Amino acid sequence: MNKLLISPAPHIHSGDSVSKNMYGVIIALIPAYLTALYFFGLGALIVSVTAVVSCVLFEYLIQRYLLKGESTIYDGSAVLTGLLLSFNLPSNLPIWIVVVGALVAIGVGKMSFGGLGNNPFNPALVGRVFLLISFPVQMTTWPRPMPLNMHYLDAETGATPLAFLKGGAFEDLPAHMDLLLGNIGGSLGEVSAIALLIGLVYLLVRKIITWHIPVSILVTVLVFTGILHAVNPDMYASPLVHLLTGGLLLGAIFMATDYVTSPMSHVGMIVYGIGIGVITVVIRVFGAYPEGMSFAILIMNAFTPLINTYIKPKRFGEKKKQ
Amino acid sequence: MKTFKIGGVHPAENKFSAGKRIVDTPLPKQVIIPLAAYIGKPSVPVVAKGDVVKVGQLVGQADGFVSSNVHSSVSGKVVKIEPALDASGYKRMSMFIDVEGDEWLETIDRSTELIRECKLTREEIVKKIADAGIVGLGGATFPAHVKLTPPPGKKAEVLIINAVECEPYLTCDHELMMEHCEEILVGISILMKALQVSRAVIGIENNKPDAIALFQRQIQVLSFDGIEVQPLKVKYPQGGEKQLIDAVTGRQVPSGALPIEVGAVVQNVGTTFAIYEAVQKNKPLIDRIVTITGKSMLNPGNYRVRLGTPLKNVVEQAGGIPEDTGKIVAGGPMMGRAVTSLDIPTAKGSAGVLFLTEKEARRLEPKNCIRCAKCVSVCPMGLEPFLLARQSDRHMWDELETNRVYDCIECGSCSYTCPANRPLLDNIRYGKVTVMGIMRQRNVKK
Amino acid sequence: MNIIVISLVTLGVIGALAAIILFFVAKKFYVYEDPRIDEVEAVLPGANCGGCGYPGCHGFADACVKADDLGKMLCPVGGAPTMEKVGAILGKTAAAAEPLVAVVRCNGTCEHRPRTNEYNGVKSCAIAHNLYGGETGCSFGCLGMGDCEVACKFDALHINPETGMPEIDEDKCTSCGACVKACPRLLIELRKKGPKSRRVYVACRNKEKGAVAKKACETACIGCSKCAKVCAFDAITVADNLAYIDSQKCRLCRKCVSECPTGAIVEVNFPPRKEPQAQPSAENEVKTDVKPVSAANAENEIK
Repeated sequence: MNKLLISPAPHIHSGDSVSKNMYGVIIALIPAYLTALYFFGLGALIVSVTAVVSCVLFEYLIQRYLLKGESTIYDGSAVLTGLLLSFNLPSNLPIWIVVVGALVAIGVGKMSFGGLGNNPFNPALVGRVFLLISFPVQMTTWPRPMPLNMHYLDAETGATPLAFLKGGAFEDLPAHMDLLLGNIGGSLGEVSAIALLIGLVYLLVRKIITWHIPVSILVTVLVFTGILHAVNPDMYASPLVHLLTGGLLLGAIFMATDYVTSPMSHVGMIVYGIGIGVITVVIRVFGAYPEGMSFAILIMNAFTPLINTYIKPKRFGEKKKQ
Repeated sequence: MKTFKIGGVHPAENKFSAGKRIVDTPLPKQVIIPLAAYIGKPSVPVVAKGDVVKVGQLVGQADGFVSSNVHSSVSGKVVKIEPALDASGYKRMSMFIDVEGDEWLETIDRSTELIRECKLTREEIVKKIADAGIVGLGGATFPAHVKLTPPPGKKAEVLIINAVECEPYLTCDHELMMEHCEEILVGISILMKALQVSRAVIGIENNKPDAIALFQRQIQVLSFDGIEVQPLKVKYPQGGEKQLIDAVTGRQVPSGALPIEVGAVVQNVGTTFAIYEAVQKNKPLIDRIVTITGKSMLNPGNYRVRLGTPLKNVVEQAGGIPEDTGKIVAGGPMMGRAVTSLDIPTAKGSAGVLFLTEKEARRLEPKNCIRCAKCVSVCPMGLEPFLLARQSDRHMWDELETNRVYDCIECGSCSYTCPANRPLLDNIRYGKVTVMGIMRQRNVKK
Repeated sequence: MNIIVISLVTLGVIGALAAIILFFVAKKFYVYEDPRIDEVEAVLPGANCGGCGYPGCHGFADACVKADDLGKMLCPVGGAPTMEKVGAILGKTAAAAEPLVAVVRCNGTCEHRPRTNEYNGVKSCAIAHNLYGGETGCSFGCLGMGDCEVACKFDALHINPETGMPEIDEDKCTSCGACVKACPRLLIELRKKGPKSRRVYVACRNKEKGAVAKKACETACIGCSKCAKVCAFDAITVADNLAYIDSQKCRLCRKCVSECPTGAIVEVNFPPRKEPQAQPSAENEVKTDVKPVSAANAENEIK
């Protein structure tokens, strides 16, 4: 018998690990990825593979040569960042822009703060917003969905439902069924509502995330746009359209729930979700951009430390304030 | 199904020794009886080296109110009184008694006949319990008579019997309930009399359906009025005093207050049995049930052991130390203490000995905190373990106090659940000890 | 042209206004501080280590200015020379402080003290100390996880990975006492540095009975009192099976070192002995083995 081990209690562990959670999210993204491959074909494949490979590569290089630490690429977070980044990009984006986005996401968004766990902003969104501001034309020309599309850069382009909304052309909106299935223009991963919801169910069942953030975002958007729609149906689209279009579901389920950048207490998560919902609708309806999800999440990411400081979990035995 | 409201985890139950009948362990050659095998001041020895003692004879007199009597668990000769290693990890003053025969004090009733009638008054009952040296057998070993003496102006409304046994692996309480149901019920009625309450609730987790059914039936058959069984959803740490009160009554004990604040008194089911024996049979606390268990254990089981018996004697009964042992834990896997040797004696709080393999026991390398908030969700006290651990590590005592580190019950749910394998509780416990020391000093100054 | 003029004037007015406000605010909230405090602080080492018992060097300087005499004031880092300078500034006489140095009163290296179990918790002496007796049979000795190393702000204390024990660099040690406070087992003591840095002390804190202590560690003090008997200056006291040498009374004759059967008493920075007579060779070996940590360091530096 070896020397006995001694440590303070507890002596057993749940077996949960960082990589299990990361790969769990990646599994939850598979349905959305499959629909992306179906509707955007070759372009989707090229963009996503480029994003994932370059994210992992940049993380490896920075960790190895700049931070001089142990390699962290196996924990799955770099793969996840790459995948999420590509989900937020149009499928006809040139490879070099994707690589720049990955560099900003990993280099600026994550590793410059010290790696996983220390970044204040969602790395994939940092990359995406950087590209959106730097390359507005390429980032806002989306290819039309076409089953098993074999075109990449030369894919036929068209407007997204949100662009129609912004332009006030409500009659051009796709049917609800197309919104659900994903037969619409848009970024890789945001098109199919059903695929994203399957992912949500998986995340909740595996207890990788709790319901607080996604539900509070969706309910806020529903209520807010519902009020606007009730006030003036001609000017404001129905809440259902808002829920099913753009990156709302992708953001609410996969981006806003990022562990590192979201609040720690359940009440805090709800406040954070409401904040994201309100800012998104404000940008979509009143702002210059057709889509506000990325900005809303980044803005609320900045509020996360504040929320953590002032909103504490419900303590045991605490008396309700009178 | 009732349970406590905040947090909690559900570790694999691994109750290998469930349903194993209690087996008596043969007397060892020598017992080591710690003079302070409980929370509180050590007792003062009343016998000297060379004295001959009988089973049940008082050897250590309680020193003050929060202290407890210690009795000899064997008959024989006191050979020395000197420090001996126990489960606390340090040497503490203990009495070594060489076993000669098995001669009991005449006052102890050793028959197994059930005595239901108890004519004593409330004060006499509490005195008898104090004299018998009974402490909480759930593991915290708090003197039982202290809990039965509510502070002036406070009145207990309900007695809660902790039959939860939420720690994985352990089955000693479960087996005790199955074999001594009637005695426990009498013990509860004695406690109800001592506390002058008309209602008692036995909280049992529903992974013990046989015990729930047995108690429900016996309460009916033997018509114990005012005692009810409350099945509870399996969740750790339901056996925590505050969590159990919340689960059973829905009331939460405020921070820093005693359970009596919400009108509840909690006693462990093993303690209740010991109280029955003390009050009705004059038998002081000299033995207890110990679960010997582990994945590779030959005969995991439940053993009745005289206090002070070296753990290795008990382990031999269960088939000896398994080859692949990497860690030996006195108590359950969530709150027990890792021990360096099996020469340590069975103490009043030793509910079990758990053998973990090296692979089960060795901690993995901690990674960066990914702020997944899982520790916050599972904390049964509504604290923020990630924050407390960081602040403890950086010695930020003032901040720790504002974040209520003193409320931590050290259940280990945070460390258990952390995906980054961070040793949260190690740090928090250190912060808690320090902060509570600072607070005590401040109170003294005031 | 017009725009430039307007902006210049506006900015100038704003600037002037701000200056006036600042002037009055500074007047209004001016706090008088004795200028000597800054002067004193300037001669202090500026490490803000807190070894003097005051919150940093500024706090100490403030206390020095306010103190009636400097007899009880001592900057352990700067020592006597610094206190003389402080005294010169303030016109007070400084106490002649003896230079102190931290010594580790444990010699339980991996070699002397077999490991009986493996600690698998957080690497912190304080946490391990709260948990149990430690990786060896000695529950008084060094835990070797380096709380003292973390506490040392002068890079003077390091855990030697080979022995698992802290080693003190005498030249860097400022006797600020941070390590003394950090050690949960109270193993580190500030002792008189001694002439030519020569010191004799008991490198053990084990209070158990001789046989038990010896079983746990081969260089444990077994409380045999031989040293106390041989000491001609009454410097050694034995209590709780443990000897202690009073550095004020010790005259560095080293008789106790030769007498100690386990080698628990160590001598530092002495020249090698001329005649190793009358000693059983085995014990001599023990002594040379038990090269006190700081001496080992000093030798390394000479090399």
